[in-house]
Amino acid sequence: MARIEITTEACKSCSYCVISCPKQCIEISDKVNSKGYLYAASVRPEDCIGCAMCAQICPESAIEVWR
Amino acid sequence: MAEEKKVYTRTKGIIEGAVSGFCPGCMHSTIHKIIGEAAEELGQLDNLVRVEGVGCCGLGQFYVTCDETIAAHGRAGAVATGIKRSSPNSLVYTYQGDGDLAAIGLAETMSAANRGENFTVIFVNNGIYGMTGGQMAPTTLVGMKSTTTPGGRNPEEHGYPMHMSEILNQLTAPYYIERVSCDTPQHVIAARKAIKKAFQYQLDGKGYSIVEIVTSCPTNWGLDPLKSLDFLREKMFEEYPLGVFRDEGKKLK
Ligand SMILES: Cc1ncc(C[n+]2csc(CCOP(=O)(O)OP(=O)(O)O)c2C)c(N)n1
Ligand code: SF4
Ligand code: SF4
Ligand code: SF4
Ligand SMILES: [Mg+2]
Repeated sequence: MARIEITTEACKSCSYCVISCPKQCIEISDKVNSKGYLYAASVRPEDCIGCAMCAQICPESAIEVWR
Repeated sequence: MAEEKKVYTRTKGIIEGAVSGFCPGCMHSTIHKIIGEAAEELGQLDNLVRVEGVGCCGLGQFYVTCDETIAAHGRAGAVATGIKRSSPNSLVYTYQGDGDLAAIGLAETMSAANRGENFTVIFVNNGIYGMTGGQMAPTTLVGMKSTTTPGGRNPEEHGYPMHMSEILNQLTAPYYIERVSCDTPQHVIAARKAIKKAFQYQLDGKGYSIVEIVTSCPTNWGLDPLKSLDFLREKMFEEYPLGVFRDEGKKLK
């Protein structure tokens, strides 16, 4: 199964990963990191195909991907 | 079940654990990432030397792992000339905004390109002076508001947007000129490829390359990151179409 890991401390809540995921499995959560940003979180992880589109677009290099 | 493999790893070109100083949605950080990835793919991370312009790129000094120096505003082309000529085996790139490269540094930019200096220029065109709070740049679009053009850029008073890739393409010496963006995963991949190609040309001694990245400044455009993508695609790409302007390496067979 494919999966992603988000370094939440690096996330700045831009939503670029959210709109780039072809499987809609990332959302902006209601949790805040130490910089005050609502960070992105993996949702419905079983749908993830490991395409790494989210990681490619993430400006903050906050996403790593396994497949 | 097959064993899982890591298919995307944060580049070693960025300091481990560092969080960039760039604003949310700013593609300066994306560009720092893909420069690291391109150099890493070429096995050149330890050989990479960065000459930084003055602008928001200054935040990159706390973010990248390569050796670097910061040139006086606009003079990166001259500084990189000196570094590359005295250390010809280093992989040297300048990282410059549109204010740095196309306004105060225009003479150095044109002169280094005209000499066909063997380094790579990463030109980040966001149509504004980001660092200093959103003043008009030579690249600001007609009608676009900035702190120095509060009524929008008026060509009669402020001139027209300057297209640096097209202007540099008038010179004989440059080897490779391409304009890319980072607004979609596909464009990020293409931008990384362009940077990698430019680096490879430099390693092969081919001379001057410039990769222009048309990007955004969500903060000084006054738009949230997603809206800044719309403006980028609807307005910036219209004025600054993406594409290859010159690729001398493609001509050879
Ligand atoms: C000699 C000199 N003049 C002016 C400045 C002020 N200044 C700092 S950055 C900058 C423009 C930056 O704009 P750009 O190159 O487009 O970079 P961005 O922040 O948009 O990425 C200016 C005018 C300076 N630092 N030095
Ligand atoms: S790897 Fe692909 S499918 Fe999985 S979260 Fe990222 S974009 Fe979505
Ligand atoms: S693209 Fe990166 S910084 Fe932006 S919301 Fe997603 S994880 Fe956070
Ligand atoms: S001011 Fe603009 S260019 Fe500078 S980091 Fe913020 S969004 Fe990026
Ligand atoms: Mg700028």
